[in-house]
Amino acid sequence: MGMDSLIGGTIWDEYSNKVADLMNNPQNMGEITEEQAQEMGGKLIVADFGAESCGDAVRLYWVVDPVSDVIISSKFKSFGCGTAIASSDTMAELCKGKTVQEAVKITNIDVEMAMRDTPDVPSVPPQKMHCSVMAYDVIKKAAGQYLNVDMESFEEEIIVCECARVTLGTLQEVIRLNDLTTVEQIADYTKAGAFCKSCIRPGGHEEKDIYLVDLLEEYEKEKMAKTADSLSQGGPVDFADMTIVQKLKAVDKVIDDNIRQMLIMDGGDMEILDIKENGEHFDIYIRYLGACNGCASSSTGTLFAIENILKEKLNNNIRVLPI
Amino acid sequence: MKVYLDNNATTIVDPNVFEVMEPFFVQKYGNPNSLHAFAGETHPHIKTAMTKIYAGINANTKDSVVITSCATESNNWVLKSIYFEYILTGKKNHIIISEVEHPSIMATARFIESMGCKVTYLPINSEGLITAQSVRDSITSKTALVSVMWANNETGAIFPVEEIGQICEEHNVLFHTDAVQAIGKLPVNVQSFNVDYLTFSAHKFHGPKGVGALFMKKGKELIPLLHGGSQMGGYRSGTLNVPGIVGMGKAIEQAVDALDFEMSEIREMRDDFEDALLEIPDTFVVTPRRNRTPNTILISFRGIEGESMLWDLNREGIAASTGSACASEDLEANSVMEAIGADEDLAHTAIRFSLSRYTTQEELDHTLEVVKKAVTRLREISSSYAYTPEGHESGLTAGH
Repeated sequence: MGMDSLIGGTIWDEYSNKVADLMNNPQNMGEITEEQAQEMGGKLIVADFGAESCGDAVRLYWVVDPVSDVIISSKFKSFGCGTAIASSDTMAELCKGKTVQEAVKITNIDVEMAMRDTPDVPSVPPQKMHCSVMAYDVIKKAAGQYLNVDMESFEEEIIVCECARVTLGTLQEVIRLNDLTTVEQIADYTKAGAFCKSCIRPGGHEEKDIYLVDLLEEYEKEKMAKTADSLSQGGPVDFADMTIVQKLKAVDKVIDDNIRQMLIMDGGDMEILDIKENGEHFDIYIRYLGACNGCASSSTGTLFAIENILKEKLNNNIRVLPI
Repeated sequence: MKVYLDNNATTIVDPNVFEVMEPFFVQKYGNPNSLHAFAGETHPHIKTAMTKIYAGINANTKDSVVITSCATESNNWVLKSIYFEYILTGKKNHIIISEVEHPSIMATARFIESMGCKVTYLPINSEGLITAQSVRDSITSKTALVSVMWANNETGAIFPVEEIGQICEEHNVLFHTDAVQAIGKLPVNVQSFNVDYLTFSAHKFHGPKGVGALFMKKGKELIPLLHGGSQMGGYRSGTLNVPGIVGMGKAIEQAVDALDFEMSEIREMRDDFEDALLEIPDTFVVTPRRNRTPNTILISFRGIEGESMLWDLNREGIAASTGSACASEDLEANSVMEAIGADEDLAHTAIRFSLSRYTTQEELDHTLEVVKKAVTRLREISSSYAYTPEGHESGLTAGH
């Protein structure tokens, strides 16, 4: 949050001058016919990407030299917003003079960078990064047609966030190394999910195979399995990392080993009712049974003994609350 | 030439309204609830303004018209108080709203839904309208509230609030209507039909921003949303916004006076403008004029994404609006266009022009020329109007 996000403002304020100029006067807008392509001595490639129903669509026309694979001419048509038009235009420009094999290496990030006025100020607002992805996808589509291969074959790694081009591998590693638990943290560390937000969870602008919430869940399960393994092998496990069930068992075991015998000797007992995380504390709710119930020490000496042993054996932030 | 055709978003403050508000900033700035002359001198003005506000919707003096900070507050108040009083206590478990309510109803309904309230979202038909029958079909013995807007902000579609009010009365269900887009555009008379709560906002009818109101029928008063110093009879605490109340009073008085003009002259100008726009090929309007507020046009230009259109209009000084994809934070299509279930290729192409009594014929003529120019330019760029070579599998990849 902070002041800027409180004020809000319009997305146009965040367009670079280049984006505005290209929206006003696209340089490579147009179409290429078969005849024109023949005159240029090249092969015409026409590729479409996106759909009007999704809010943006682009058509890319290439004339490619069949011997050298060099893109001789490159033009676009686009249904979309200012960013879609400007980034399609920039993409068409970047293709010129490159071989098809070189052109598939152009990413949406190259397109966005090329539209910046100054190197360190983004050319479009975060949610508009999505529009430049389409420009990148249509190149792969065109190259796939020319080389007669599937466009997916140009992707060497699985990209989870297309706007920021963050791979599955990177995300898994960053989540694990930094013990991330929220999508906001992922965005802070990797920028993934900070733009069009489609990759965060199902139901966004675009349907994905893998979402950030899936990766968090996967990591959560991994941690859980690790804790369970460690417990079953009698290894050390941080109380905070335990599931509620494991916490309960651990607390019960400490009580059994250290406290319960004494209570029973005095004709009483206790039971654990609930464990709640309360900020940094773990509140353990207990109930005294038998003779303990109403015993003067149950709220002083005995209680302190129970709490102290739990603190010592499990976690210093444990508080015991008798009801 | 600068042309403002976004009057469903907000309006110019009428200079007469501004004039009556001005003394309450530097001269008569007392807190009306204090015990001294600074307070006392504001009282007659508040009384006059409140009388005008009551008259503006023909409320009975026994009813409550509580001044709030905006329509969003009024709408939140209704839904949340109904939640506290009826849902949380288990007396009822259900409310009904339309699927095209303003976000201040929609998001609040989603919020109380997350707290356990059942919510029915009434669908709109292909003309952007909801039927009173759908309300009847959705009411259960556990329904606490029906909240349906009087007129839709995007399409201008007028919903059958009289009939819905009648149905609610028959079933003993509370009825709220968000009338933000109705005041000054349609006759609003809370005694002519059954309505328990009605929301409106000054800045939609040439009053100041930051002043909303909630009408509550006598005997149907809600528990407060804002607790505090018991201003507004304890229903809405917070120091009275004296200049705002005075401004709203003047504004609603003028809006009601101008209603005939709005429903004849403005309507005619709108209709002519719309006819001219529809002469542009591949151009569509959803809601029939007879079911629409007199100032609003929601129009689609095939092949032109909404934000691009706004871009070209704005270059020429024309202010319009779009709820479509790329102009909003979430990249989603215009919710009304989606709900209508219109040709999905048009979901991102809707542009809204909304007029006011300040709109001139000259402005509309100029706008028409600019629109035509923009349509030509943007369709030239558009892939929807592009050359497709023979053998090329046209048809774009849907669901990218």
